[in-house]
Amino acid sequence: MSLLKPGHRGCAGCGDALAGKFVLDALGEDVIVVSPTGCLEVFTTPYPESAWGVPWIHSLFENAAAVASGVEAALKSLGRKDNTKIVAIGGDGATLDIGLQAISGAFERGHDFTYICVDNEAYMNTGIQRSGATPLYASTTTSPPGKISYGNPLYKKNMPAIIAAHGSPYVATASIGYAPDLKKKVKKAAEIKGPTYVHVHAPCCTGWKFDSSKTIEVGKLAVETALWPLYEMENGEITAARKIKNRKPVEEYLKMQGRFKHLFTMAGENPHIKKIQEIADRNVKQFGLE
Amino acid sequence: MRKNMVVVEGSYAVAHAVKVCKPNVISAYPITPQTHIVEDLAQFHADGDMNCEYMNVESEFSAISALIGASAAGARTYSSTTSQGLALMHEALFNSSGMRLPIVMTVVNRALSAPINIWNDQQDSISQRDTGWIQLYAEDVQESADMTPQLYKLAEDEDVLLPAMSCMDGFILSHVYEPVILLEQSLTDEFLPTYDPEFVLDTKNPMSFGAFADPSTYTEFRYKQEKAMGVALEKIEEIANEFKEIYGRYYGGLIDDYVLDDAEIVIMAMGSVIGTIKDTIDELRSDGESVGLLKVRSFRPFPKEAIRKALKNAKIVITLDKNISVGKNEGALCTEVKACLHNTDNRVPVIGFMLGHGGRDIPLKMIKKIINKAKLVEKGIFVESEYADLREDLA
Repeated sequence: MSLLKPGHRGCAGCGDALAGKFVLDALGEDVIVVSPTGCLEVFTTPYPESAWGVPWIHSLFENAAAVASGVEAALKSLGRKDNTKIVAIGGDGATLDIGLQAISGAFERGHDFTYICVDNEAYMNTGIQRSGATPLYASTTTSPPGKISYGNPLYKKNMPAIIAAHGSPYVATASIGYAPDLKKKVKKAAEIKGPTYVHVHAPCCTGWKFDSSKTIEVGKLAVETALWPLYEMENGEITAARKIKNRKPVEEYLKMQGRFKHLFTMAGENPHIKKIQEIADRNVKQFGLE
Repeated sequence: MRKNMVVVEGSYAVAHAVKVCKPNVISAYPITPQTHIVEDLAQFHADGDMNCEYMNVESEFSAISALIGASAAGARTYSSTTSQGLALMHEALFNSSGMRLPIVMTVVNRALSAPINIWNDQQDSISQRDTGWIQLYAEDVQESADMTPQLYKLAEDEDVLLPAMSCMDGFILSHVYEPVILLEQSLTDEFLPTYDPEFVLDTKNPMSFGAFADPSTYTEFRYKQEKAMGVALEKIEEIANEFKEIYGRYYGGLIDDYVLDDAEIVIMAMGSVIGTIKDTIDELRSDGESVGLLKVRSFRPFPKEAIRKALKNAKIVITLDKNISVGKNEGALCTEVKACLHNTDNRVPVIGFMLGHGGRDIPLKMIKKIINKAKLVEKGIFVESEYADLREDLA
């Protein structure tokens, strides 16, 4: 049985739950998990139940990296570090927004731990509000389309680059649509000494508004359109990127999701979809995806 | 001066006390006037005199958060902060207490901004009153140092398991050079058992910390924190006595008194102002005035019973507060003392004075002025809580 036990309160088709399960599959039993506040934390631990088959701690929303660094320091000081992995698993709000400072501190200090961002591109636990990870033009409850709005007006923050700039030995992106790749990267990140980072794209059927049977499909399409490039960086250099055969236009990804449906009601050539296509094209160039 | 005394800075005495308590993890973020404590600890660590992890974190918020992780993993933990730093920790103070993690922290008391002010008052720790941390206030440097192992012993008691802050007045105690006895390692090893918690983050015995509690269970978590504070109320006295047996020093447990038994006027206060009050009382007693002191050492848990007992013969009670609840025109000690006497037969008037805010000096004549003001109640004049040391040219 998975170390993330069944019976938790995640939505049917939840990408976060898949990410949590895959991460634990990759890491095994000798791991201590730190969770900031968020969906994964809430739906796995309604007291007195817990879905975690490994030691797990949740403190607050913005401090998971600091808590994880304290766990690591304690194990070292007590002579219990051995091969035990310390892994923080946080959502995009906890990672890109409110927890960024603590993450920066922990990476600078060089703790031996792995931070995994499970990115569903908005504050889903509070009801689909915009975060720094929300992509351009996505509709959320705090970035709705309206008479003078096309949804979120801002670009998604490039978190892997921020982490790489801290001198992390290993930074990777992954997707719940590509489980073996995700597990391989998480395992590698945990085995490399020092602070490492894996950014996992995890579609949310509730927040993105697609059928709960399509989570994996949506995840794959983000990769196949080059909107979510899969790559690895070692010591700041891109060392691997997943090539895309027969790249799909971004419309195929966007049209599956209710959060982009306002973009398809415009007559003629849609300048907004064109801008999103440009993001994908830039990714192809930057990471050499074709 | 006793033979084993040395003249050191208050911060050094505290840092040394921390060292002999052998914490496993220390986190530090600099803020005046706390800096000397974490600098001295950094030097001990740099010299190989401490076997611990010393973490230079990027904020007070991460200082306390790192200790939450470390404590949950089974480490004895320490940090120190003050003022804005403590305010920044606010959310994590609630969290660490709710998670029942026995973190010990020295709060070097300082005023809060705005206007920014680096000098002493006690607004910072008083404002954290309801976070579920034990709060003890020290009168002098020796007590500040001695409080450290006492608080570890208290916080780590399996029937308590609450974080604790040792409060010492900024500059007045942290930067003063006084003759003190540095805590002996051998006596501290005898006094303070090694920390061996039952519940830890351990891959051989996985447990979940910090679960989500809905309305059906939340209340009982809070109730158990309160119950643990009740246990602490008894243990503070017990531990102060154990400390006395081993080290030979005692400063009171929950409270302490000075010529209190026959005193008609009782002054109540916390922290370094106690010394000034004692000197004032000595002068007034020689003039035949019936004045005594009731020192409050433990603000949380608040020693209601002990205070009621100590005040049973008082004719006038004066409280001194280095803090204000803006909008109540009253300091916290005043409010708490009044509240604990209410619903009892003791109708003694409690008159609150706020003073010494933002580092304003408290001379002996100020205490005398306060006593004279409070005596107006003997003439049937109603005296409300007020600032004692306002500058009329600015007010």
